[in-house]
Amino acid sequence: MATDTLEPVVILDDVWRNVRRRAWITVLAPFAVVAYLVYTWFAFDVSDLLSRAQPERAAILATDSVAYKVHVTKNFRRGELEVAIEGERTATYDNAEVPDWVTLDGENAFVDLGDGYTVEIKGKTAYFDVPGYGMIETTATAKGVETRLPEGEVPDWLKDDPRKLDARPSLDKRLQVTRTKIEIHNYFGGWENFWFPFRSPLYGKSFSQLYALALSADRLDPDYSNLWFIVHEFLGNPDWQHGDVFVALFETIMMAVLGTITAALFGLPLAFLAARNFTPSQVLRFGTRRLFDFLRGIDMLIWSLIFIRAFGLGPLTGALAIAFTDTGSLGKLFSEALENIDNRQVEGVKATGASQIQRYRFGVIPQILPVFVSQVLYYLESNTRSATVIGALGAGGIGLLLVETMKTSRDWENTSYIIILTIVVVIAMDQSSSWLRRRLIEGKKSG
Amino acid sequence: MAVAALEQEILSLRKHRQLYSMIGLLLVVAVLVSGYSKSNEMNSGGFLQGLSKFFDYPGEIVVEAWQAGPAFFGLVVHFFPAMLETLNIAGVATLLGGAMAIVLAMASTRNVDSWGPLIPVVRRMMDIMRAFPELIVALFLIFVLGSSPVPAMIAVAFHTAGALGKLFSEVNENIDRRPIEGLTACGASWLQRIRFAVMPQVAPNYLSYFLLRLEINVRASAILGFVGAGGIGQELRRTIGWGKGAGDETAAIFVLLFLTIMAIDQLSSYLRGKLVGSGRAH
Repeated sequence: MATDTLEPVVILDDVWRNVRRRAWITVLAPFAVVAYLVYTWFAFDVSDLLSRAQPERAAILATDSVAYKVHVTKNFRRGELEVAIEGERTATYDNAEVPDWVTLDGENAFVDLGDGYTVEIKGKTAYFDVPGYGMIETTATAKGVETRLPEGEVPDWLKDDPRKLDARPSLDKRLQVTRTKIEIHNYFGGWENFWFPFRSPLYGKSFSQLYALALSADRLDPDYSNLWFIVHEFLGNPDWQHGDVFVALFETIMMAVLGTITAALFGLPLAFLAARNFTPSQVLRFGTRRLFDFLRGIDMLIWSLIFIRAFGLGPLTGALAIAFTDTGSLGKLFSEALENIDNRQVEGVKATGASQIQRYRFGVIPQILPVFVSQVLYYLESNTRSATVIGALGAGGIGLLLVETMKTSRDWENTSYIIILTIVVVIAMDQSSSWLRRRLIEGKKSG
Repeated sequence: MAVAALEQEILSLRKHRQLYSMIGLLLVVAVLVSGYSKSNEMNSGGFLQGLSKFFDYPGEIVVEAWQAGPAFFGLVVHFFPAMLETLNIAGVATLLGGAMAIVLAMASTRNVDSWGPLIPVVRRMMDIMRAFPELIVALFLIFVLGSSPVPAMIAVAFHTAGALGKLFSEVNENIDRRPIEGLTACGASWLQRIRFAVMPQVAPNYLSYFLLRLEINVRASAILGFVGAGGIGQELRRTIGWGKGAGDETAAIFVLLFLTIMAIDQLSSYLRGKLVGSGRAH
């Protein structure tokens, strides 16, 4: 009977074998993963790493990247009082124009740190008035410092040593006294000198003032127009190096764009040679496929090292490294797309008497165009990120700049500025490429 | 009459399209030409001068490797532990990132009954995780934790979580909802629904993307080694830094890296083919 043959044949042994296999997999797979993680825990020596970690570095980086400090220093050797941003010589205030929270009076000074905290410097003695604690009186002597503290327990934020006094009652106020100097740090939020260098005539001007200045005919610098002068001062800011950062970003984008377009242009024709339905010659097909594997397998890392040797540092090196690797990847993807096309469309075009080129143009290209565009855009996106990394290997661009600023490890606000700009650029590339993809591919479907 | 008008319209549409294609093509050519000439200018060495030197370095390495003779294979074996470290970085990063991605994907797809208000938040989070170049996270962690494979692992895992999370949630969007509804009717909790209705449907695709990512991560970990994260990249930087004389070691690393990447590529595309059918191997 027909119904008998349709009845599913259940063999109990088979079922049990499958169930047992599944059960083993469910137990063994998590076990294997855990075992692997334990193994790598020891292989990476994570416990040793954790003991050597320096979390305070992260804290320094975090505070320093969002705040800056102004130093008020009395140096006994030179005998003078100085007010400077980050203690830098290039950003020292004129003693006649110090900020209004500092009062200078010859050898003496009065510093108002806000919230009731004040420091008075008289000769070699500093009086630090801390609300809720009392007056700390410190005198620098020939051997070290002598400190008189208020009665009671010494708080955590105070380090009283015969050689140095370090008082930091809150994160943004600090007094240090040693044999040679008295130094007060007052912290402020934000990035100092971000727009213009301290010595620039434009320093501290508001946006509307700048706007008025840009339109005014009185030239600050007789050689340039005011607008150009403003742009020039901004880009040439020695602390932030806006100009260099923008050029580096531009280089990185250029590497990604040039590399991806070049790879696509070389990958497409080669893909025809690697596709079964377009190249009957097996030798040619095999050769092209191995070429793709070779280009991909060498990897961007090795390509960029080779190109750096040949062409030196710069965007050209990065672009070529990306182009070589991705010719392989894109070529492989395109050839797979070509093998999956619908042959009926090609035959239809052929039936109208089209030539070989016309068959490709109207029968093949329209079918793989969506794959082509979307893959190229995906690669453009990921190459923007790759370009920052191969830049750090030495190809230049924003990656190299980032590594360099991190190595000097002094101005963390510069590092975070570069990081923020890089991420903004990557996100912008991401968004614009997915916008383009939607327009080009989905727009076509609905239209 | 109507046919003539239609023909007119089709012709004008075609003209428009041809114009747009033309403009697009010109734009691409302009970008290529101006970009290459500009970057040639910005490069410290020019293209034409460099072209003659292109084979110098590979040649130098090959000659030195040839001179090393059979000892060359000893060198290749010598760098095995470093390569293994790179593979471990990629492996752990893919595992941890993948696990994280599953959580993110389950929290960000309407189709699997994620909690509504969470969906846009998690999606933006994944966008940001994807946008972070691995280099930045790695450099920051190397600064805090010191030179070790762990910073690279965390950096790669972070990016992987975002990238895979997006792909996984796309897979989630295409599943059949009937098993979920069936389980809901029996009073299954959300976790039970995910475990018994969603996971069996998405597992093959997840595994396939997971393998693809492993492939990508091996390359990424090798590169990150170069900025001080350990593994084969660090060895490579050492031998390259020595300049002349270490060419055989550099060549050994190149060969090892090439063979490993090829092997992983082949293995993963074979396994992916088995998982989701050869037609959608990528």
